[in-house]
Amino acid sequence: MSTFTLYMQYIVNGITLGAIYSLIALGYTMVYGILKFINFAHGDVLMVGAFVGLLVYEALAGAAEPGMWTIFCFFIAMLASMAFCAVLGMFIERVAYKPLRNANRLAPLLSAIGVSFILSNGAAWIFGTTSRRFPYPFENDPIHIGGVTITPHQILVIIVSVAMMVLLAFFVNKTRMGKAMRATSLDQPTSMLMGINVDRVISLTFAIGSALAAVGGMLAAFDFRVYPSMGTMTGLKAFVAAVIGGIGNIQGAMIGGVLLGILEAVGAPLLHIPNGMRDTVAFAVLIIILLVKPDGILGKNEREKV
Amino acid sequence: MRILETQNLTREFGGVIAVNDVSFKVEEGLVTGLIGPNGAGKTTLFNQITGMDKPTSGKVIFDGKDITGLPAWKISRLGIARTFQNIRLYRELTAVENVMLGLHFKVGSDPFRHRFLQSLRSYVFASGENKELYGKAMEWLGFFDIADSAQELARNLPYGTQRELEIARALSAEPKLLFLDEPAAGMNPAETAHLMSVIDKIRSLGVTVVLIEHDMKLVMNICDQITVLNFGMKIAEGTPNAIKTNRDVIEAYLGREEDF
Repeated sequence: MSTFTLYMQYIVNGITLGAIYSLIALGYTMVYGILKFINFAHGDVLMVGAFVGLLVYEALAGAAEPGMWTIFCFFIAMLASMAFCAVLGMFIERVAYKPLRNANRLAPLLSAIGVSFILSNGAAWIFGTTSRRFPYPFENDPIHIGGVTITPHQILVIIVSVAMMVLLAFFVNKTRMGKAMRATSLDQPTSMLMGINVDRVISLTFAIGSALAAVGGMLAAFDFRVYPSMGTMTGLKAFVAAVIGGIGNIQGAMIGGVLLGILEAVGAPLLHIPNGMRDTVAFAVLIIILLVKPDGILGKNEREKV
Repeated sequence: MRILETQNLTREFGGVIAVNDVSFKVEEGLVTGLIGPNGAGKTTLFNQITGMDKPTSGKVIFDGKDITGLPAWKISRLGIARTFQNIRLYRELTAVENVMLGLHFKVGSDPFRHRFLQSLRSYVFASGENKELYGKAMEWLGFFDIADSAQELARNLPYGTQRELEIARALSAEPKLLFLDEPAAGMNPAETAHLMSVIDKIRSLGVTVVLIEHDMKLVMNICDQITVLNFGMKIAEGTPNAIKTNRDVIEAYLGREEDF
């Protein structure tokens, strides 16, 4: 295999991985855009999404042979998992963050870390700590294009991610509620005076972010398996992706995720980083971004007034 | 007709009583002034009425309905708009976009009011009505003679224009009642004169106006009714002429004669 096709292969793998980061990064960035706070429990919502998806899928598909039926089951499981996580996200916001909205900025952050522990330990208590495999709903025979192989799983990841992002862009830019969301992210008290129900906008933001995390969790589960602490590293990397793109910026999260995925997939072999150290790439990128352009690629260079 | 009334409204912050048992009345169609020395509780009273804060006790009655403690967005949809002492615009949006946002949640916000399907569509999708909103927003800017600045970012506008833009945005939602918190603060005499003509125009639209103001010339010229607060309590109310000669008011502003 020539070096060129080898790197093409890395890029394809990177884009798939990055698409998952993007989906998860959107949740961080949307919440930050509106509340100016990092929801550190977001990674664990992704884990819950993967578990719910897996349970529903296993209940529906059972031991059925991969085929149209199992693919159908997979999408039903995805919808169920999205709905569950949306409700979970709204519930977390209502219970753990809303009472702290006027508190010191550190308070909701600590509350988020607490929620994160409750979710991951709760899952360990209920499901045990052994990791489970998420079965492919289809035959995962790779397709060869030139020297590059693409698996149906990768195609699924890309199609689902793109569809989700298009839907989200449509919602935010074209609907009334999306407009309310954008207004709220610009200025909360003023938006309230414009007749916007800010509480509902915030609730909805958590619902959408968590539903996207559920999708991300299920897509990630094929590669990473399902276990109670799976959200920690994936969530952190998605957070890095959000910062790279410019936290608070929706397009930024999409771009940042894919970019991070590619950097990770290409950077590790390029710099001869051993497999166990691959995660360092993402965090090295985070440090560089914070040093060079702390507002991220699409972030506005806006100094906060004191 | 009485459009707004507070009944024994009280707001305590810890041990400080910022608004103390105030019964404040606003008659429909008039311009009512709310004056008093600094720290008298004027803005706090505004905040209680517009839902920015909840009163400790007492009631707010608007248009015959008890609106005490409702969230700000509900009160704004009921038809009370306000501006702030420190200007609150969407700084990163243009002037016309600011007014469009003010209009947005008024137009088509009730899917059952007009032709159902069309309204439902506008309830969900924002894009279809943007043109209509833009036209209306431009009309409002024209009403304040600031249509030239429509495409400027709000934060780049001169101070006086920012204040008028904030009023334009508040008014664009077609409120029944408009609260202005120190609209002339920081304005030069020419801008103040323009503001006075604008308030006159607002009155002629049939909108009831309540304003907090320190510029006595403006208050005495434009208000039909004046209420005076001092240390959180109402000390006088009446026509400008009655207020000018009221002993309590003069004392509150200048101190007792014996003190000199």
